Amino acid sequence: MTDRRAFLRMTMMGAAGLIVAGCDRISQSSWGPKVLGSAEGLNHRVQALLAPSSAMAREYREADISAVFRANGTTMPGSAVYQTLLANQFRDYRLPVNGLVSRPTTLSIDDLKKLDMRTQITRHDCVEGWSVIGKWQGTLLSAVLDHVGVQPQARYVVFHCFDDMGLGTPYYESVDLSEARHPQTLLAYGLNDRSVPVPNGAPLRLRVSRQLGYKQAKYISRIELVASFASIGDGHGGYWEDQGYEWYAGI
Amino acid sequence: MNSPDLTANVADAETPISRPIRRWRSRVVYRHKLPIRIMHWINVIALSVMFFSGLQIFNADPSLSWGQKTVPGKQWLVLGAREDASGKLIGITRIGQHQFITTGVLGVSAGSDGSPQVRGFPSWLTVPGPTWLAMGRRWHFFFAWVFVLNGLCYVGYSLSRKHLQRDLWPTRSDWRGIGRSIVDHLRFRHPHGDEALRYNVLQRLAYLTVIFVFGAGIVLMGLAMSPRMDTVLGPVLDLVGGRQSARTIHFIIAWAFVVFVLIHLFEVLISGLANQLRGMITGYYRVDDPPTATPATIDKELSDD
Repeated sequence: MTDRRAFLRMTMMGAAGLIVAGCDRISQSSWGPKVLGSAEGLNHRVQALLAPSSAMAREYREADISAVFRANGTTMPGSAVYQTLLANQFRDYRLPVNGLVSRPTTLSIDDLKKLDMRTQITRHDCVEGWSVIGKWQGTLLSAVLDHVGVQPQARYVVFHCFDDMGLGTPYYESVDLSEARHPQTLLAYGLNDRSVPVPNGAPLRLRVSRQLGYKQAKYISRIELVASFASIGDGHGGYWEDQGYEWYAGI
Repeated sequence: MNSPDLTANVADAETPISRPIRRWRSRVVYRHKLPIRIMHWINVIALSVMFFSGLQIFNADPSLSWGQKTVPGKQWLVLGAREDASGKLIGITRIGQHQFITTGVLGVSAGSDGSPQVRGFPSWLTVPGPTWLAMGRRWHFFFAWVFVLNGLCYVGYSLSRKHLQRDLWPTRSDWRGIGRSIVDHLRFRHPHGDEALRYNVLQRLAYLTVIFVFGAGIVLMGLAMSPRMDTVLGPVLDLVGGRQSARTIHFIIAWAFVVFVLIHLFEVLISGLANQLRGMITGYYRVDDPPTATPATIDKELSDD
């Protein structure tokens, strides 16, 4: 009986070990991650079908707002450019919007405030698993796009950022035009009735309310409209995407 | 006897020489149809990968909360770590107000180089083994599709072939016999003959719960964690109390699946591992018919011998 039990234990542990070890080998292979990554496209298409592109993210009450809006990733960009802007409370901050646009423009925070704005209390879901609720105030990205005029061949909006992720790799993100034009997609300058604090992305950060935290680019330095993001960074559309995370971060 | 005697040992035990020979008879029955067998094994792979990669994802924030949001310090479960006076890492599991030292398994366990590492679940329980959230998500979402499509095929097939209605839905007499079935299970007593070919009432209830409560529930709770799906799953969020509640329930159901699998494997083991495995691989399952006591049969058996 003990022989049998030992055999069964060995078999079961062996099976679990084989699964884990086998998965590790596939994870390291060149084809494995690509095959597994094919689920992303399916997720995007099916989610767009079940939750249409016009569907609105849930908005919460004042009472739901988190006492502290947890900051992740960079909490203080170290670059000289950013430090100079910060020293002057971002009064000299100008946001270039260029690329495939009809009227390349540079906007100050005050210029942005003159365009259509929105206040929303929404939930921020980190890819790690935690959630935090905050009240965001910002300019509709769609208003900015209308202001500069999007050329027909443009497909993505790319957000270049002030923060370096070490080794001179700047943070960046991108969304497609449908997500960019969603009424809850903001260039946020206010958090919880104050200017966005530095750890949360001052002076301007993106809010894409129906995707995970890493899409919400902080410290935006420039917005660029492109037909493809293949030539930016490692070509996957964002800093974390270049590390193997999904470009479509709806789940 | 004309039928091949596959149960000689049982027959020997049951037939003292002085009595008329009453033998256990064996027959092999085609029990599990091919689609069911394929879907069963696909499910084994999908559930395993989902569980191990799920623990990898959990490890990115090894804590659980209730409600819409995470409030640091207010989680009901935390797999954490601290350093002792000598700088050694101690794994601490906190459940509510209770703290347990779980070094080596939860909170702190050996990394790939063997040295203690801060991580919720140990590397032998995660896919991939090392801390690698992006890859864990790829495994999880790929096999989530395998799990969902396989599950939908199973339900569709079982409904159309009346497998669900006939074999899984408890009959009225099943309900009446539930007390006896519980006692039988606790005594590890298993039915023979035709009774062994039909699912007993506890089995039926277990399978129905696993398919329609665990299966449907874990998928729904997974979707309720998606910010995009939450645009249409507001009522579900309200029902469970929020996204973090959904994450908690998703986690609990995952472990409920593990409990089910362990019980399932135990029952398979004590009711004849080889026979059960053969049943789920080839479809053919051996049934032992107990000696029948009716005089006619005895006569027949005597004349046969």
